[in-house]
Amino acid sequence: MESLTNRKKVVSDKPMTFLEKIYIPAIVGGMMTTMKHMLRPRKTIKYPEETRVFAPVYRGQHVLKRDEQGRENCTACGLCAVACPAEAITMTSAERVKGEEHLYREEKYASSYEINMLRCIFCGLCEEACPKEAIFLTDRIVTTEFERDEFIYAKDKLVEAIDDRIDITKRQFTGKRTDK
Amino acid sequence: MDTGMLIEKSVLVILLFLISLGVAAYQTYFERKLAAWIQDRVGPDRAGPFGILQPIADGVKMFLKEDFIPAKADKWLFIIGPGISMFTALITSSVIPWGTNLNLFGRDISLQVADFNIGILFVFGVVSIGVYGIMIGGWASNNKYSLYGAIRASSQMISYELAMGISAITIVMLSGSLSLNDIVKSQHGMNWNIFYQPLAFFIFFITSLAELNRAPFDLPECESELIGGYHTEYSSMKLGLYLFSEYTSMFVSAAIMAILFFGGYNFPGMDAFSGNVLAILSIAAFALKIFLFIFVIMWIRWTIPRFRFDQLMHLGWKVLIPAAIVNMLVTGLVIAWNEGWM
Repeated sequence: MESLTNRKKVVSDKPMTFLEKIYIPAIVGGMMTTMKHMLRPRKTIKYPEETRVFAPVYRGQHVLKRDEQGRENCTACGLCAVACPAEAITMTSAERVKGEEHLYREEKYASSYEINMLRCIFCGLCEEACPKEAIFLTDRIVTTEFERDEFIYAKDKLVEAIDDRIDITKRQFTGKRTDK
Repeated sequence: MDTGMLIEKSVLVILLFLISLGVAAYQTYFERKLAAWIQDRVGPDRAGPFGILQPIADGVKMFLKEDFIPAKADKWLFIIGPGISMFTALITSSVIPWGTNLNLFGRDISLQVADFNIGILFVFGVVSIGVYGIMIGGWASNNKYSLYGAIRASSQMISYELAMGISAITIVMLSGSLSLNDIVKSQHGMNWNIFYQPLAFFIFFITSLAELNRAPFDLPECESELIGGYHTEYSSMKLGLYLFSEYTSMFVSAAIMAILFFGGYNFPGMDAFSGNVLAILSIAAFALKIFLFIFVIMWIRWTIPRFRFDQLMHLGWKVLIPAAIVNMLVTGLVIAWNEGWM
């Protein structure tokens, strides 16, 4: 019967020849293979001493940006939460009152903003959905915790500090990676 | 026996004891490193530079583990099992000539604890006792896996000891002596037995692997089917002693193979040296041979999969023993021809 795929294999149970029966050539061949592996340079990255070079577009822990005057960009429009395929984002909005103009850029802001890092799949769709350039993914790694609720990051962990801005310019660069 | 002899032998015994334990400890390190290299990994490298302190960390770990004895186990047999294993592994090194005579403090010191005139028989006898350690340990554990491991170990050792003994007889025939010292002396320089008895060496090497319970003959342990075999129920330093005795016997059997077939401490061009220089060089040559054997044994372990039990018995009884007997008969005929008896 003609074979329709190229995966067909003809099997046979022909008896082993004398050379095959004494195993020695096969064993020597195997030992040569292992010797080759023994002499090969190691590719292991010894983690605490050296770290893997990330791609510039690496998607890690999120940041909620502030503008140049230190005001939060986020207006709690909820588009990121709608875009999120993992439903990891939740927020409540609030109206800016007088005297808070130096804190929030527009009249509406997020009084609470939470991302569940266990649900998040780091796809970056929140970043794409955001019309206010408020949320970005960075090259920081979400650290491990002992309790599940410690993975729900609130504004205290997400919003960048005024005097310690998080660099997101690498993510904006979409060309080829330069480290290779 | 005078006092000086007593002191020199005691020092030698203590040194040998420490060296055997040290070598066994660093064999575990070397084995893990080698396994890692063969599997494209790095291996232990955290404890000290290049992980050189790993055996010490392992030893401390072994001591700190709970020393567990199963409720239905035979307590006394359970305790003496690993002891027998360790004892037999260590005592074999007493008949091994480690080098030519050393001249210290005006005394001619032989680097052999006891020069028995039946050295090789002593080695075989002690190795045979070694199976009792495994057998008793497996029996006393009151665990079916342990018992399976012990039964496999004893049947394997009994089958392979025959071929091992018969292949070693050819060496005794060649050198005309059972003393390990005489066997080594008869291979002066590069006159090694391997050039006369390659088949005997081959059989001896395979049977040694089986006697050591090393891969591809590690059926008594068999992690995947017997959960560790005879030492399934063992923990803490009792388990440590079993593992240690295995590595010590590996060291000793590498030494025995070097003595019987690769000239022991002899090396080509040894007549150019004399006195203490020769002694130190001969020790170094012997150590190098032992190291190479250990390396090959480990290399084989991380290359070849385990034999099936029927394959093991087939190989032992139907291949190695006939081959060893034919080899012995041919050697005998050639010796008789050369001596003019025929």
